[in-house]
Amino acid sequence: MNAVQGEASQLIVRPQGSIKFETQRLNMFYGAFQALTDVSVAIPERHITALIGPSGCGKSSFLRCLDRMNDVIQGVRIEGKVLLEEDDIYAAGTDVVQLRKRVGMVFQTPNPFPMSIYDNVAYGPRLHGAPDRTGLDQIVESSLRQAALWDEVKDKLRQSALDLSGGQQQRLCIARVLAVEPEVVLMDEPCTALDPTATFRIEELMLELRQRYTIVIVTHNMYQASRVSQYTGFFLLGELIEFGLTARIFESPQDRRTDDYVRGRFG
Amino acid sequence: MIGRRVLSPKVSQAAAFALLWTSGAIVMLPVIAVVAVMVLLGARGLTWRFLTAASGGLLPAIAGTACLVVLTTLIAAPAGVAAAIYLSEYSRPGRAIRLIRLAIVNLAAIPSVVHGLFGLALFVMLLGFGRSLLAGACTLALLVLPLMITASEEALRQVPQRLRDGSLALGGSRWQTVRRIVLPNALPGIITGLILSVGRAAGETAPILFTAAAYSSTHPYPRSVFDQVLALPYQLYVMATEIPNVPAEAKWATALALVMVVLGFNAVAIVMRARLRAARRW
Amino acid sequence: MRRGRHPAWEFVIEWAIRMAGFLAIVFVLLIFAFLLRDSLPIFRLRSLGQLVVGRIWSPTAEPPQFGFLPLLLGSFYVTLGALVIAVPLGLACAIFIAEVAPARIREILKPTVELLSAVPSVVFGFIGLLLIGPWLATRLHLPIGQFAALGSLLLAFMAIPTIVSVSEDALRAVPRVLRDNSLALGATQWQTICRVTVPAARSGIIAGVLLGFGRAIGETMTVLMVTGNAAVIPRGLLGFLRPVRTMTATIAAEMGETAYHTPHYFALFAIGLLLFLITFLVTVAADLVMRRSAWARR
Repeated sequence: MNAVQGEASQLIVRPQGSIKFETQRLNMFYGAFQALTDVSVAIPERHITALIGPSGCGKSSFLRCLDRMNDVIQGVRIEGKVLLEEDDIYAAGTDVVQLRKRVGMVFQTPNPFPMSIYDNVAYGPRLHGAPDRTGLDQIVESSLRQAALWDEVKDKLRQSALDLSGGQQQRLCIARVLAVEPEVVLMDEPCTALDPTATFRIEELMLELRQRYTIVIVTHNMYQASRVSQYTGFFLLGELIEFGLTARIFESPQDRRTDDYVRGRFG
Repeated sequence: MIGRRVLSPKVSQAAAFALLWTSGAIVMLPVIAVVAVMVLLGARGLTWRFLTAASGGLLPAIAGTACLVVLTTLIAAPAGVAAAIYLSEYSRPGRAIRLIRLAIVNLAAIPSVVHGLFGLALFVMLLGFGRSLLAGACTLALLVLPLMITASEEALRQVPQRLRDGSLALGGSRWQTVRRIVLPNALPGIITGLILSVGRAAGETAPILFTAAAYSSTHPYPRSVFDQVLALPYQLYVMATEIPNVPAEAKWATALALVMVVLGFNAVAIVMRARLRAARRW
Repeated sequence: MRRGRHPAWEFVIEWAIRMAGFLAIVFVLLIFAFLLRDSLPIFRLRSLGQLVVGRIWSPTAEPPQFGFLPLLLGSFYVTLGALVIAVPLGLACAIFIAEVAPARIREILKPTVELLSAVPSVVFGFIGLLLIGPWLATRLHLPIGQFAALGSLLLAFMAIPTIVSVSEDALRAVPRVLRDNSLALGATQWQTICRVTVPAARSGIIAGVLLGFGRAIGETMTVLMVTGNAAVIPRGLLGFLRPVRTMTATIAAEMGETAYHTPHYFALFAIGLLLFLITFLVTVAADLVMRRSAWARR
């Protein structure tokens, strides 16, 4: 279980099958502070990949690199490459708007817009040039069905989204993302603000969604990671310590620090 | 060294607090006194006939003030909101922004009569508007611009960042996010700023002294933007200082009308702001 | 991924927004430029010394005299007199609102102060001219109900809201932990205010006073109506009970009848330029004071 320098490659396993995202020596800086150091990893397509690690280890920062949401923060600098199926998303001339259409994000705190449920889900399609009314209705219904929310809201689509419960709001945010027909869904601790029942429903939802979408989820809840994901990556202090099949990471991790974390010895 | 302090801390605190309470009361007095005096001395003269009489009454001044204020707002509001959008949504911290903010504070601190001088030199003379509604409105617009920018920027900043993030993460561009999410949710606060600007513009005299104001005209309302206008505050000034035979009743009624208009708008804005703060759902 | 196709008008709109952002700077520069342009000619006719320390302001005399000194001193008398009233009262009120007043009182007092700053200056002038001035004149046995101290009194109430609002923000910004530490050491609330909170908020308070000064010295209509408009040099404390002329009142009273591009016109613009420079200095000074405090707190 000792990590040997030369065997670092064993710690970061490259998944078989098609790869959706690949980062090559990704470094990220908030001003002078280095948040990510030399992260090189491949995220498999149509699987759920979980990113775990203690607070402040950089997993959320890494996630936000994948859809360039870090651009919104002042003073952020990126070095290295992030490839979405062969294209470096940080290359000059990249259309960030298109990127964010292909790579959707669900945030930690549900953040429905102060509008009706229908308008929330229709927001994305309308941004990119909405089809006519019937087409929009179909998109809204299909997205809400995929998010397992349709039956609960189909009679109150015109009501304010802020009237929904926390768990419903989060599923609404998921439906909102699905409405733009992304290829990847990023989830940044989506269940932290929710009660156990709501959490359970969202985890079920993730397992259904992974048949169509690539999902990357950041979570500090290891039970969740082991229940839901096929691959897991462990971050510590801005470095990706270990990456591989979830079963292996949790049952027989190669690196001592991973072992300490998954056994709850720190973090 | 016993008894070095004359008063114990508790006693000096009680005395100090008494002074503080008194200061609060004193500061409250002028507004109450002004309104009370105006009502007591002016209510009798503020008849419907006085308000609507075209000559010898307030109608021309009210119409003139209304036109001035509307035109001023039409000019200042888009510019002010756009500048606020820039400051809140598009700018990055740095020297340019500090200079802009300094300029805004500076613009707000410039004496109103200096605004009048500028209006005279630029709008009346150089641009050839002459003494007119247009020149007066342009001058007033510059006067209320800092107010408009500050109030709008505050309203925009109240919109939580997570709503913007939600829109950006769905592939919205920055302008789409501003137009569809930020502006609509900031609108009530922006309107509050608008109302404050209206109240301010309605009460100013010095900027329109040499750019727009007249004491009497042949028409009860301006027929074009190049006409001179009457205005309530100027009317009051002239009544008080230059015309000897105006009955006291008329003077106080005019003063009351002005106070009602200006404080009315400001009070509405204050109440609106308090209600918005309480009603915010995010 | 190729560059997306945003509508061209989005580009235009964002460009317009960027331009709008710089409007304030543009207009401040423009105002300065125009004031300079229409005051430069007077500097060719009179030297700077003759203007600024000239003791007689008599533009309609033969030959016309353009000494600013009476006007400068008039403005300073009235303004400093206003500050003598406004600073203690405003600071006390700010401390009251920020530290002592119960919430319900605060909810009434703050909007009232805001309304106070909204009262048009012509209204204050009106009340001063018709009511307060004559009443004070009979009480104090003065020949006329228009004098400097009356202007100071009214201006004080116009400067107080500025001082209150900026000082209150500064007091509020003092971290709770400083207060708590003082109280935990056994100090009374008043001792804490005097020795901890107010000194910590010192720069904000100074900035508030500076801005209040700027507000007072720039006031026009009130002083025009109540200070008597006699362009004489005020002397000593008794000068407060005599009529004076401020810079602002001079411009307001005389510009209306002055022909375009005469020496009188240029001289009035020069006074305007002087006023602009004074308020500019005040603004920059207040900004520097605030900036230094933010730096020191780091």
